[in-house]
Amino acid sequence: MFTARTSRLTLATGVALAGALVLAGCASSNPLDAPSDDTTGGDSDTVVIGSQAYYSNEIIAEIYAQALENAGHTVDRQFNIGQRDAYMPDVESGEIDLFPEYTGNLLQYFDDSSEATSPDDVYAALQEALPDGLTALDYAEASDQDTYTVTKEFAEANGLTTIADLADVDGTVTLGGAPELEQRPYGPAGAKSVYGLDLAFSATGDTTFDALLADEIQVADIYSADPRFQTEDIVALEDPESLILASNVVPIASSDVADEIADVINGISAELSVDDLVAMGVQSTVDQMSPEDIATEWLTEKGLI
Amino acid sequence: MNLFAEAFAWLFSPERLEGQYALPVLLGQHLFYTVVSVLIAAAIAVPAGWAIGHTGRGREVAVAISGAARAVPSFGLMVLLVLLMGVLRVPEAATITFVLLAIPSLLAGAYTGLEAIDRRVIDAARATGMTQWQVFWKVEVPLGMPLLVGGLRAATLQVIATVTIAAYVNLGGLGWPIIQGIPLRRFDQVLGGAILVAVVALIADLLLALAQRMAVPAGIRVAKPGTVSRRAARRAAAATASTASA
Repeated sequence: MFTARTSRLTLATGVALAGALVLAGCASSNPLDAPSDDTTGGDSDTVVIGSQAYYSNEIIAEIYAQALENAGHTVDRQFNIGQRDAYMPDVESGEIDLFPEYTGNLLQYFDDSSEATSPDDVYAALQEALPDGLTALDYAEASDQDTYTVTKEFAEANGLTTIADLADVDGTVTLGGAPELEQRPYGPAGAKSVYGLDLAFSATGDTTFDALLADEIQVADIYSADPRFQTEDIVALEDPESLILASNVVPIASSDVADEIADVINGISAELSVDDLVAMGVQSTVDQMSPEDIATEWLTEKGLI
Repeated sequence: MNLFAEAFAWLFSPERLEGQYALPVLLGQHLFYTVVSVLIAAAIAVPAGWAIGHTGRGREVAVAISGAARAVPSFGLMVLLVLLMGVLRVPEAATITFVLLAIPSLLAGAYTGLEAIDRRVIDAARATGMTQWQVFWKVEVPLGMPLLVGGLRAATLQVIATVTIAAYVNLGGLGWPIIQGIPLRRFDQVLGGAILVAVVALIADLLLALAQRMAVPAGIRVAKPGTVSRRAARRAAAATASTASA
């Protein structure tokens, strides 16, 4: 009897505690928010910022958010909204006012027949292809795009700095990447037509980096913002002929708020480099820092807030 | 043009016979992994299943293990094994995955085949003076063969369908057009690959269905399918007994 009552008491206490915690969580969810007089998406005072479900993209969105808050705007963060197919309709309809995007990938989304590859050409083509109501602000030097990456050891042994130098490497050079790379314009066929290279192909997929270290492949397609560019001894080969579709970070804004926020956001694009993006990736994946802290640190360092 | 027409146009395009990912090459890879995996699984599961069926011991363990093995998600297991074994052991990792997938059906086919035999048939065989081995090889194995081939059929179909994921870890096979086509949003290619896998599975199923029919021992072949009657079993025992004594 005694034990039964004790355990029932414990249970009751536990339930009460859990309930209290849940209630407390509700009450204190956003204590620092400005009083929200039902300001939803369309309100002109609030800038709604979205981000992909991708840590690097979320950090950039957080940078935009903090910089805009610092400039006196009210910001509504709608982060982690899946991939392009999921969020683009809301961006086009104006539900989301500002979204960090990537020039090349977004151009492919709106116009997959475009053959532009260099950063300027892609940006120009993107401005053409964007639907009415959306504006591309200045793009940043930072990119998150495919690369032809080799180990530093392999680059030194063969004197490689650009993709074209791969022509002088003895023996078979194998390019590894996602399965679809074989069919992309910057895959083996593109390397043949642009640089005259005869590359073998291996669909290494998720194990591309390990395959590169194991010398199963000599060239790996790794995204330029990958934190491993800082943590591992690998180097992306330069692409002077623009074989690879450039994909620079570009803020996509609703046209009705674009003018208002252009100064702040363009100021960020002017400073954001690919090395910054890689370093922020390391802070996120290795040091486990929160996007808020990473964004604040970067903005402070650059003197933007 | 509808998607099926496009898929067939993709399948019969002359480009499908060229290069590293030509369809005959992919088909060969697919069949290679299927056959190797099923053979290894059979080498493990059939003797184990026979031992369980013959002795009647360890059945609970076998049921538990094969039940658990059926619940293992193949894709997750394959990726996990690739990560654990490293990029130089990818074919082995994938083969282990497919072997584990094939074992439960084969094991069940082997031991239920022996279990389903009327005990009086075996007693009769023993009464004629057969040794343990003779009872096993001349009575139990032939009478259990239809269910074993049934298990082989189920295992092969599962493996054919699942080898599709081998393309995800760079081993090719008929999953390649599917795995490559999805990110490219080329659904003619995806459907074309899926049609090929389905056709291979149907052909294999047909061949193994024939094999299953042929595996029924002559003595009980007259029985209606699905009703292995006591009379038929008795007749089979009589037939076996007469050949044994002859």
